[in-house]
Amino acid sequence: MVGAAIELLVQDLTIRYDNDIALRVDKLEIRKNEIFGIIGPAGSGKTSFLNAINRMDEFNDSMNVQGSINFGGLEVSRVKNVYALRKKIGVVFPLPVGLPLSIYENVALSPRLSGVKDKTKLDEIVERCLIRAALWEEVKDRLHQLGSLLSGGQQQRLTIARALSQEPKLLLLDEFSIAVDPVTTMRIEDVLKELKKEMTVVLVTNLVQQVRRLSERTAFFLNGELVEVGETEDFFTGVVEDQRTRDYVEGRFG
Amino acid sequence: MFQSTELNRRNHSVQKLVSILFGVVTCLLIVPVLTIMTVLVYKGGPNISFEFLFSAPTNGMTAGGIFPALLGTILLVVVALIFSVPLGVATAVYLSEYASDTWLTRLINLAIINLAGVPSIVHALFGLGAFVIFAGFGTSILAASLTLGIMTLPVVIVATRESLQAVPPEFRMACWGMGATRWQTIRKVVLPNAMSGILTGVILEVSRTAGETAPIMFTGAAFFLPFLPQGILDQTMAMSLHLFVVSTQVPGVPETLPYSVALVLVSLVLIMNAASIILRAYVRGQKKW
Amino acid sequence: MNSDKNILVSQDLDVKDSAWYWDKFFQILMFISGVSAIFLIVSIFFFITKEGFSFFFESFSFREFFLSSAWRPTSLSNPTHGILALAIGTASVTGFAMLLAVPFSLCAAIFISEFASGRVREILKVLIELLAAIPSVVWGFIGLSIMNPLIIDLFDVPVGLGILNSGIILGLMAAPIMTTIAEDALKAVPDHYREAAEALGATKWQVTFKVVLPAAKNGLVAAILLGVGRGFGETMAVLMTSGHSINLPTSPFDSVRALTATIAAELGETAVGSEHYKALFTLGILLFLVTFAINLIADIVVKGNKRH
Repeated sequence: MVGAAIELLVQDLTIRYDNDIALRVDKLEIRKNEIFGIIGPAGSGKTSFLNAINRMDEFNDSMNVQGSINFGGLEVSRVKNVYALRKKIGVVFPLPVGLPLSIYENVALSPRLSGVKDKTKLDEIVERCLIRAALWEEVKDRLHQLGSLLSGGQQQRLTIARALSQEPKLLLLDEFSIAVDPVTTMRIEDVLKELKKEMTVVLVTNLVQQVRRLSERTAFFLNGELVEVGETEDFFTGVVEDQRTRDYVEGRFG
Repeated sequence: MFQSTELNRRNHSVQKLVSILFGVVTCLLIVPVLTIMTVLVYKGGPNISFEFLFSAPTNGMTAGGIFPALLGTILLVVVALIFSVPLGVATAVYLSEYASDTWLTRLINLAIINLAGVPSIVHALFGLGAFVIFAGFGTSILAASLTLGIMTLPVVIVATRESLQAVPPEFRMACWGMGATRWQTIRKVVLPNAMSGILTGVILEVSRTAGETAPIMFTGAAFFLPFLPQGILDQTMAMSLHLFVVSTQVPGVPETLPYSVALVLVSLVLIMNAASIILRAYVRGQKKW
Repeated sequence: MNSDKNILVSQDLDVKDSAWYWDKFFQILMFISGVSAIFLIVSIFFFITKEGFSFFFESFSFREFFLSSAWRPTSLSNPTHGILALAIGTASVTGFAMLLAVPFSLCAAIFISEFASGRVREILKVLIELLAAIPSVVWGFIGLSIMNPLIIDLFDVPVGLGILNSGIILGLMAAPIMTTIAEDALKAVPDHYREAAEALGATKWQVTFKVVLPAAKNGLVAAILLGVGRGFGETMAVLMTSGHSINLPTSPFDSVRALTATIAAELGETAVGSEHYKALFTLGILLFLVTFAINLIADIVVKGNKRH
């Protein structure tokens, strides 16, 4: 593991909403093709961190990001075409969002926006992404129904299929299992284990056991502060430095 | 266990009384108008025929039909829409999708409120000064329609903005997260889902535009024209002005003629309004997310 | 190896593609459209001022304009431009209309928002909305052909066109709008206010009068203000029902003439650029400023409500 290529390098990051600091991170490395877990109670700055990576701060007037986020050797704050940046970064939100388009169009939207017009190519992309998101078998006969009317668990897999259609290098998941049944959660977790062969995954969750199942390394955020980063197993074998991390992992607060 | 006390019972009967009283007052507001509509139908209805709708007035407007006025109203409405719908929708898109809460946004909102609130006769003066004289369109369909379009712009803006804001913000976030630009998000997801709401607003605007009189009196509508307009720089007759003319300006009009004109105009406007209400109800009943 | 790939990515992300430029284009286009509303309202003021402005330097006398009731712009020997009678005409008609419309529409709004339920509420709302859609020229015609003989018969007066007729018609016109806005204001009062009061054992009407009405006060005031604005600016209906004769009224049966109606009736007969023409545009400036002020105040009142 030592010497593995770095996908995301965060240095001296400060995120503010108006004048309140939401998150401060001195240094954080996320390696290529790993599943990186971020745990911490609500309000610890996890979501703000994800929003800063793909520059969603531009849609929130009060949000202000300072410091350096280096993605694939590139400073995200200096990217000239922010839309091209976001295409390289897939996002999955806590609540599943099936767009009010057909299932097919949900997945075909991103390729279409990038200029793919060929029907057979689109068919191929839709099928591949739905298969990889473990949704194909359930929807292959009704691709032209509204994606926004699928069940919550199906919509969340549709969201993942949509993210995959961007062919991202980085996949950000924000508490994806919050509105999803346990069976679907397990299926998505299996999908993620496969996906990390092709991309880097950042998994924000408040389920401590989820990072244990999935991620190699984990960071613990608390009250807008990066408390600790380390091998995930260390969090559970007590080899962590900070007492607060130990307390959180053992469920004493949060 | 719970016995109704004297106080409770009294309160209850007072409540009933208040409720009935208010109901009666509400009906008092509506009943006269329904009566009036009945009179319009009763007096103006029998005179309305295919011929009445599709022939020109004759005998110094004391006989004949209303075709030039009907056609003129349709022309005025269509030209007004061509101008005001794109502008109104774009304004609403700006306010709902781009603008943040700044002094400029507040100023725009204030301007829209005032566009809707300025008296129609002031719009008429503006149309005369700006389009007829300054722009040199003369008294024409173009000048009248522009005046009408500006006057009813707020109707489209308000309806469009409401339907845009009814599209949940999560859809936008999801699109932006995929790397869609703001415009791509608006075109692919936001606008298609607001379309029926926009259509409701447009129908409402048609109904408003068709009924206006003062703004077109000096900008493009004529009391009487012996021929139909040939282009948008011609003058035209219009239903609303025609009603004004036959009910106040022309001597010797048979009593039922203005009733028929009024009935046609009211029907036109109310059918449009009803259509917009039905469409809105239908859209609300449709579950898309 | 890795760095090669990274360079490729970074070049990719710095290329502004057609989507980027289209987005900028539409952003600018939408911004221009948004700002056009301001441009339009400013040009309305500009053009009516442009046409009427020189009146201030030529024939305008503050004393005469506001304090004289002699509106004789067509007099050859001594044209006068006193708007007092016209202003009183407008005020009396609007005032009478509000006397009728305010209580009616507030009661209707309360009934629809607080007492009516389900289907009844929906039907009433649709009816009120349809009422608001009837064009003003049709209202004018109703006043002229239905109300006029009715008033003559009922009150045994020679003419049925005047403050009473105009006021009733204007009241019927303004009521649906005021009802709708007032109902919105009542609906905006959060349900937990009502629930809290009901939990204390208050009856529905107590809740309405002690809790809901005070909470919606500003919205209701705004509704009344906008109703006044509507009545003040109404043209065709007033022109057709008020009798249109210059008069300082002493009874509700008197005929009056309104500011708006004066413009509508006389503008067609004036030569562009004449003194009379400019005087009518000056009336327009006055109407613009007053309605602007009414709308502004209503807006501020509503905003105050929201902050609360």
